[in-house]
Amino acid sequence: MMLHLFLLLAAALLAVGLFGALSQQSIVMVMMGLELMVAGVIVAAAAFWYFLAPSAPDGQVLLLVVLSAMTVEMAAGFAVVILLFRTSDADMTDMAAELRG
Amino acid sequence: MSAAGIAVFAALAVIAVAAGIAVFVVDSMARATFALALSFVAVGGELVLLTLAYLGVVTILMMVMEMAIMVIFMVMFMMNPAGLMPMSMLHNKRGALAISVGTFALLAAGALAVPWPARHGAVPAPAQTTRAAGEAIMGGQMPVMVGISAVLFATIVSALVLAVPHGRYDHAARDARSLHDRGLHDNARHGGTHHDGTLHDGGDRR
Repeated sequence: MMLHLFLLLAAALLAVGLFGALSQQSIVMVMMGLELMVAGVIVAAAAFWYFLAPSAPDGQVLLLVVLSAMTVEMAAGFAVVILLFRTSDADMTDMAAELRG
Repeated sequence: MSAAGIAVFAALAVIAVAAGIAVFVVDSMARATFALALSFVAVGGELVLLTLAYLGVVTILMMVMEMAIMVIFMVMFMMNPAGLMPMSMLHNKRGALAISVGTFALLAAGALAVPWPARHGAVPAPAQTTRAAGEAIMGGQMPVMVGISAVLFATIVSALVLAVPHGRYDHAARDARSLHDRGLHDNARHGGTHHDGTLHDGGDRR
């Protein structure tokens, strides 16, 4: 029962983040949407650990991996944003269309 | 979970989702950053509620610091500084809304419909969960931590290589700019200096 509620919370966070990642024009705001999606994954992983297999610590290790993926995404994303801005003055997703086929 | 626990869960869940929605609704990108920080604090609270005190506190501390740094980037890339350039920050709002609502419906249906297995084993005491995680990453799960540390180091190096002005990809930036300038002023080719005053050497020294 509680597992369902936690999973619904995770789905809501992921959906809100997905909306932001798809709809925002600013590249920095797109990254905020991605962060929110990863927050949903964190809630879901923690709920699975607590409600399904709390005796093994493997779920906690998965959470650590997700947390570090979050920071890596942030650091690499900002580096790319700065490089994009320096090369082509692009701070919006529609302006970074070099790879459009 | 006790009734008080359910009430705390509900309050934190409402805060997390409402702050998450506020990120994309508020007009100012700085306010959006603080809304995201609030959302992450609520998520960390949910982890503490699930007896994951260490991971919950780490989430809160890490995300509050990250959002404090993020505010600087937000000011750098602000689209509507001080409300002087009112504009919509969205594109394809209807399509994005349809996709995200569809995703939520799909995930919610899966969460409610899947017959989840019963709990396997007992929940350890809160002090024991952190200890078990520490022993796991120093024991059987050590390859995971070794992998993470290598990835984090690679991220530091690659972020610096990409972002530092006098780094590996700096000349790409200068070449792109000078091409751009030449396109604008066709007669002013090879003026001897770049727009930033450096001597023109073709930018291919490296």
